Amino acid sequence: MAAPQISEDVLLHRASPKLEEEKTCFECKDLSLYYGPAQALKDINMLVPEKRVTAFIGPSGCGKSTLLRCMNRMNDLIDIVRLEGELMLYGKDINKKSVNVAELRRKVGMVFQKPNPFPKTVYENVAYGLRLQGVNKKRVLDERVEWALKGAALWDEVKDRLQDNALGLSGGQQQRLVIARAIAIQPEVILLDEPASALDPISTLKIEELIIQLKANYTVVIVTHNMQQAARVSDYTAFMYLGELVEFGATDQLFTNPAEKQTEDYITGRYG
Amino acid sequence: MVFQDIGQHISRQFDEDLESLRSKALNMGGMVEKQVENALAALTRADSSLAEDVATSDYRINSMEVAIDEECAHVIARRQPAASDLRLVIAIFKTITDLERIGDEAEKIGRHAVKLAAVERSPTYFMELRHLGDQVCKMLHDCLDALARMDIESALAIAEGDRAINDEYDSLTRQLITHMMEDPRTIKRSLRVMWCARSLERIGDHAKNICEYVIYTVAGKDIRHTSFDQVKAELGDINDN
Repeated sequence: MAAPQISEDVLLHRASPKLEEEKTCFECKDLSLYYGPAQALKDINMLVPEKRVTAFIGPSGCGKSTLLRCMNRMNDLIDIVRLEGELMLYGKDINKKSVNVAELRRKVGMVFQKPNPFPKTVYENVAYGLRLQGVNKKRVLDERVEWALKGAALWDEVKDRLQDNALGLSGGQQQRLVIARAIAIQPEVILLDEPASALDPISTLKIEELIIQLKANYTVVIVTHNMQQAARVSDYTAFMYLGELVEFGATDQLFTNPAEKQTEDYITGRYG
Repeated sequence: MVFQDIGQHISRQFDEDLESLRSKALNMGGMVEKQVENALAALTRADSSLAEDVATSDYRINSMEVAIDEECAHVIARRQPAASDLRLVIAIFKTITDLERIGDEAEKIGRHAVKLAAVERSPTYFMELRHLGDQVCKMLHDCLDALARMDIESALAIAEGDRAINDEYDSLTRQLITHMMEDPRTIKRSLRVMWCARSLERIGDHAKNICEYVIYTVAGKDIRHTSFDQVKAELGDINDN
């Protein structure tokens, strides 16, 4: 079989992205967060590039989920939380009083560790956010539900079961349904908090494949305990430890030649 | 840049896997070094039985390469090594290929030595060959030492020393050409000597490659096809950090 012709430029191209060439989506400036007296995030300074997958890794309690939850102000729901510093979405501080939180969360969707579909039909789960926005025309809803389910790589599996209860789907399907629900309202950013930790390896790979597809249109931020998963899906990785951002850089670089010893110890399994 | 000892993984089995890989590669290096020394001794002493021995025992090195290759694949499949562990496995994977090729060159020298020993008893040019051979043996020894100690400074110095070997080889080639022109009856024998010199020069190149893998493992820098001045500047930056 003849080898396909590949131009020299393509052969010599090294795939690692460059942070300085990216457009910034989120930017943290000296971001600190306190749960009462305990400081959970310490002076975080970092950029989340647009339309890329950024992964947060680190041991339990290092603050990665806390930082993720700052990005759509989920921490507002906890009374004792206090924030310092700035967290900007496209240059605007999202913690200002003038910011409409519901509008922010429409732009910045979130998917949690355990799939949490509503006890409604598959169709209604995806249409829910749209109905909240006042979209009621059946034709528009049908189109958007199909579009979102296709985007979440679930359409083929549920197209004949749209009126079935969503709780009857498998764990992996439920998680993709929740992702479909998140993208149905066309957010700009999707936050994923351990999206595959409760799933079997095949469903996990489907979610990972989906994440890679999603970055064509969305900025994706993912928290994961599975380092190989971070290495597989992300373009950039941030390693956090005890509330501090230890290292942030291109995933290829961080997993082959990290700059910090703490990162090295963690990803090579010498931590602790 | 972060490089640390193989040990201290939470999984002790992983420490043992990496240590086993490393010591097997070093063992293979020792075997290859012995083969090169024997090939050179057989050549310069016109010892046909030693030469025969070198030429027929390369299969042991080949099977070691296959075994270590397989072990590297197992470590990658089971452990998914990252960072310095990953670089170490990659370096071993590549080092053993170069070691196997050094073994092949030793085998070639052995085969020529058998023929040369049969032709004449007091071979001409063996002094020069011996000089080149000693240089190459020292380079190989030092390079395996740098590999065992993961010493990038000596690795860089040794890699740089490959130039001297290339110069020595060029000079020997010129002498042999002159000799062949002066007395065409020596062509057959001179060509064998030249092929031996060529094999020694190639061994130097493989040793240089191994030094480059040591630098890659420790500093995470791929210095192949880069000028030494540039490499030194880059490694200097790393050490400063």
